[in-house]
Amino acid sequence: MPLTNDIQELKKFSLEIRKDVVRNLAEAGSGHLGGSLGLADIFTCLYFNILNHKPDMPDWDHRDRLILSIGHVAPVFYAALAHSGYFNPKELITLRKLGSRLQGHPGKEHGLPGIELSAGSLGQGLSVAVGLALAGKMDKKTWNVFSIHGDGELQEGAIWEAAMSASHHQLNNLVALVDRNYVQIDGKNSDVMEIEPLKDKFESFGWKVLSCNGHHHKEIIDTYKKAIDWKKGPVVIMAKTHMGKGVKSIEDDYHWHGKAPKPEQVDAFIKELEQKQ
Amino acid sequence: MFTLKQLKPTRLGFGEGLKSLGEKYPNVVALGADITSSVSVNFFKEAFPNRFFSFGIAEQNIMGAAAGFALGDKIPFATTYGVFSALRATDQVRISICYNNLPVKIGGAHAGISVGPDGATHQALEDIAIMRVLPNMTVFSPCDATQTKLATIASVEQVNGPAYIRFGREAVPDFTTEDLPFEVGKGQLLKEGKDITIIATGHLVWEALQAAYQLEKQNIDVRVINIHTIKPIDEDIIIKAAKETGLIVTAEEHQIYGGLGSAVAEVLVKENPVKVKMIGMNDQFGESGKPEELMQKYGLSSGHIAEKVIEMNKQKRNNERPD
Repeated sequence: MPLTNDIQELKKFSLEIRKDVVRNLAEAGSGHLGGSLGLADIFTCLYFNILNHKPDMPDWDHRDRLILSIGHVAPVFYAALAHSGYFNPKELITLRKLGSRLQGHPGKEHGLPGIELSAGSLGQGLSVAVGLALAGKMDKKTWNVFSIHGDGELQEGAIWEAAMSASHHQLNNLVALVDRNYVQIDGKNSDVMEIEPLKDKFESFGWKVLSCNGHHHKEIIDTYKKAIDWKKGPVVIMAKTHMGKGVKSIEDDYHWHGKAPKPEQVDAFIKELEQKQ
Repeated sequence: MFTLKQLKPTRLGFGEGLKSLGEKYPNVVALGADITSSVSVNFFKEAFPNRFFSFGIAEQNIMGAAAGFALGDKIPFATTYGVFSALRATDQVRISICYNNLPVKIGGAHAGISVGPDGATHQALEDIAIMRVLPNMTVFSPCDATQTKLATIASVEQVNGPAYIRFGREAVPDFTTEDLPFEVGKGQLLKEGKDITIIATGHLVWEALQAAYQLEKQNIDVRVINIHTIKPIDEDIIIKAAKETGLIVTAEEHQIYGGLGSAVAEVLVKENPVKVKMIGMNDQFGESGKPEELMQKYGLSSGHIAEKVIEMNKQKRNNERPD
């Protein structure tokens, strides 16, 4: 059951999540701001609308499984988990600190509820999603597997091994999403290692390819619904996003991939976030 | 005294163990890497076609997918040649499997130079070193086909997390029986002895026993210990042997760096330092040849083990002799 269908409500959650991402990363002093802000609308839609889950029962058997392959966007993942009810948002401030359940990249063994997979080494999550989707199909489970990837991550060869196997096994319970922001640590994807034509690549690997504006809540939800309804095989959503979305002064600047705001920048960044609304 | 029952490839023991697990546990599944007959997964595949999943020649994906199956409450067996499961897909094994502490069971086939004519590319000689350094991983290196079957079953019944099972291609002496209990992490004292101890793993355990029996005629009383679980290792049996016999020879079909010899030495330097002579591959790659030719050339036969024991025993007696 969606927590809310109200777009205005979803936008409010996205703002709260972004503010937390900025504050927590500044407090941590390190981490990945760009992608975390860029994925805030998508995570809001997933955790408040798309996913069939029960935050008070993280091990509920019928829950949809979210596999976060790009563990470095942990700040937005944790904020979505906290605000949707998995744990108290007050704990978010412990991000990356010694003894925290909020590891720099998600680590299940530290006990944070809502983490399906400890991950962070790029290129592995799609394989895990494939195995999990196969296990679900074997047992005729009704849940779906949703995996989240970066566009730079698609440079990893293992992604394409996994993509091949997802269509070979006709995984119509698997929906992957690519955070298509066109940048990575060293710069533009097209300068570092061109990944286009992505639509052709995935289609030739047997996938249904959908795309959406990754900051438009209604479009994100409608696209996910379409993906879930597609029963012929795996679906990938190319979600066009802007790295650093919401903080105008840093948007699309790849230097913010792996950087945290300085404490003195927090107020200005949050002001920018609020102006956007 | 152990006697030869038959010659049998240890990979068949793996295949039989996996099939019997399939009969007992409906949640056991197997993932294939194109070489299913070669690694004996075909027994399972034929018996349980709906629980076998083909992944082609894509070892990284197999290890990641196996982690996914485990998240979906299955007990997956991901099996390919040891060189690939331990080395091609190490990062997937480290993060998706070990860091998540998932019950993925990994088969490492074609261990050691006894693979023979295929040559260096396909002879797994570093897999023990890689697998035993990974947190949460249990590492098995059973001594014959019968024990490989027991180890495979134990990997599910006695281990909650990930496990690696190492086995070979060629027919080797099958000499243990299913009555010899397989307990994870417990070394097996196969022959008592007071003068010197050979600690061996894999099919070199048979070679060690032959060396020991041969040396009885020369009045050298050799103890033989089988370490079928490299990790967690049985510290007690190793320390006891060091205390009681003074000298240790290790024997394995693996690089001497990082393998059984290293694991034994790690135990001894902490508790009871004694001289350890390591028999294995001396920081080198293998080559093509018949398995028995390679075992001779690289010094891994019972004769070579016996020579090392005699040499060490001489030193020991010289040291003990009063001036």
